[in-house]
Amino acid sequence: MSENKSIHKEKIRLLIVDDEKGYVNVLYNRLNKRGFDVTKTFSGIEAIQELRKKDFDVAVLDLKMEDMDGIEVLKILKKMEPDLEVIMLTGHGSKEAAKEGINCGAFDYLTKPCDLEDLLTKIRDGYAKRTKT
Amino acid sequence: MKKDKQIQNTYYKTIAKKMLITIIMVSITPMIVASLIIFDRFKNSYHGKVGAHLDELVQKHKQNIDTFLKERSGNIKFLAKTASYEELKDEVFLQKSLLGLQQAYNNVFVDLGTINDKGVQLAYAGPFQLKDAQYSDAQWFKNAVKNQYYISDVFLGLRGLPHFIVTVKKNFNGEELILRATIDVMAFNSLVENLRIGKTGFAYIINRKGSFQTKASLDLNTEEKNYAELFKKVKEAKNGERLIEKKDEHSGKRLIYVVSSLKGGEWLMVYQQDYADAFSSIKIVRKIAHTIFGIGTFCIVFMAFFVSWRIVKRIACIDREKEMLNQQVIETGKLASVGELAAGIAHEINNPVAIMVEESGWMEDLLEEEDLQKTENLGEFKRSLKQIKTQGKRCKEITYKLLSFARKTDARIDEVHVNEIIDEVVSLSEQRAKYAKVFFNTKLGENLPLLSLSKSEMQQVLLNFFNNSLDAMEKTGGNIDITSSLHNNDVIIEIKDNGPGIPKANLVRIFDPFFTTKPVGKGTGLGLAICYGIIKKMGGDIKVRSSINVGTAFIINLPVSEQKEQKEEKIDLLPDQLNGRV
Repeated sequence: MSENKSIHKEKIRLLIVDDEKGYVNVLYNRLNKRGFDVTKTFSGIEAIQELRKKDFDVAVLDLKMEDMDGIEVLKILKKMEPDLEVIMLTGHGSKEAAKEGINCGAFDYLTKPCDLEDLLTKIRDGYAKRTKT
Repeated sequence: MKKDKQIQNTYYKTIAKKMLITIIMVSITPMIVASLIIFDRFKNSYHGKVGAHLDELVQKHKQNIDTFLKERSGNIKFLAKTASYEELKDEVFLQKSLLGLQQAYNNVFVDLGTINDKGVQLAYAGPFQLKDAQYSDAQWFKNAVKNQYYISDVFLGLRGLPHFIVTVKKNFNGEELILRATIDVMAFNSLVENLRIGKTGFAYIINRKGSFQTKASLDLNTEEKNYAELFKKVKEAKNGERLIEKKDEHSGKRLIYVVSSLKGGEWLMVYQQDYADAFSSIKIVRKIAHTIFGIGTFCIVFMAFFVSWRIVKRIACIDREKEMLNQQVIETGKLASVGELAAGIAHEINNPVAIMVEESGWMEDLLEEEDLQKTENLGEFKRSLKQIKTQGKRCKEITYKLLSFARKTDARIDEVHVNEIIDEVVSLSEQRAKYAKVFFNTKLGENLPLLSLSKSEMQQVLLNFFNNSLDAMEKTGGNIDITSSLHNNDVIIEIKDNGPGIPKANLVRIFDPFFTTKPVGKGTGLGLAICYGIIKKMGGDIKVRSSINVGTAFIINLPVSEQKEQKEEKIDLLPDQLNGRV
């Protein structure tokens, strides 16, 4: 029910950044189906390029990528658009990196594999925070 | 192994030998040098002292003798001066005079005589019948004619007894008369003879030719040549140095001589003593020094042996400990690398598992769109997809457990809940416990405060206790009861098993490093020691209770400090504040 509300109001613009193509693709399908305006990117550089072209409300960012470290990407994205809310995804057992991300301005973090419902909640919370401010 | 041991043994032996030699050299060399210097100094000063003492004695005696000779010749001079020509020729007068002199000087004077310039004794008073004796050929007479006063050397003369003569020449209107007195050598001897020191020290007088003027000691070498040399030496010697050292050619003994000239250089007073006797103190000192040196050397050698032996033993012990530690480090390193590997794999697994879970979710999404309500297997599809999700989550749990354990060496202090750690370690150990037929029973207290400690260290401690219990009960099986509770500001964790128990003798040593009852290669004996160290570092304590065939209980006390409690409050406040701001 809540999904429909958000769709009707305004499409949340989502940016997914992860070098795991399979993961990005399936996440893109599932989120798209739930009415988000999703853009998928497979590296930090792609994400930065996308952000130059278009505004986003929320970004889902993997912490560990091959070309650029997630924290680095986070810093750049936040610099480019301070209002962008970033949710970190980590496949690593250590929560330290994720906590560091929060210190660098990320909105929240989730550990992989995560429940889609949890992700949706975080995305909405992030969007709510953005619209409030 | 045997060869290794042999090599090690020779290695330690070499170290011991080197140490031994170094210690001995370093200790004995200064001792030798110091003793030699001290002994040399002592010898020199003692020589000087003895020499000075002897010299003084000899000088004193020389003065006595000089005085004696002067006085006796003075007596005769006086007699000659006061007597008239007739009186000198008168035997009765001489007799009287001799008696007077003998009474006054204790029989020093043997006889008196008056001799004319032809050498004929005109008058005589004394025990011998020497009136009209002819002396014109005697050496002393020739000298007496030439000199106003004369003292002869000791000689046997006509009477065949050693004596010497004092003469005074007097002129009576062109006719010369010589008054002569014989002096008893025995009386003269006593002046010199009482100069006796030690066993071999004695004095005598010789004339220029080297013949004895006093009675010499029996064992004295009477070869005159020897003593004539002394005259030369005295002449050569400077004033101060009257002490002469010489080796006796006959006996081979080292002798010392102290000499002094008498009678205007005609006679020589000689004091002679064996070197060894004169310097007997040096001999004693040398003996003492040798004894001290011997004892010192023995002590040094003994100590050197003892010390090097002890040090080498200690080194060997340290080496052994080091080797064991190395083993432990290697073991730990192995564990760490395995942990790292596991962490890497876990991370790599998480990504595909995440895709799998999402893909199954996507299938669920799609199933809702399709018109498959009538399909028989719809329920089965849904169950299957759910199962994929569930198993994916299980994978995640496993990998996260692995990851959290890979950070074993992590000593970072966190706010942790002991119950969580206990649960984690129990679930990790359960697999092994299952095979050993050991069952974990946990009774964890509620509302325990958070503790500030390193999670991984606490895990290590608990795992160690569990492993020990499991090792003990591997064959028999049993139970491990774990309870946690709060008692007087302390969090208490009790780990109790019903294994074979620990013998009393071992109980006091179980926390000692390297103490192990496990077979060689199975345990390093460091586990409990490390646990003890960790708990002590946390400010806690470990106690152990054990009885044979009943079981063992380890009780860990972890203090909850006030500071930590305050911290907790702050942490509790933090989320609220955040919410308030948002």
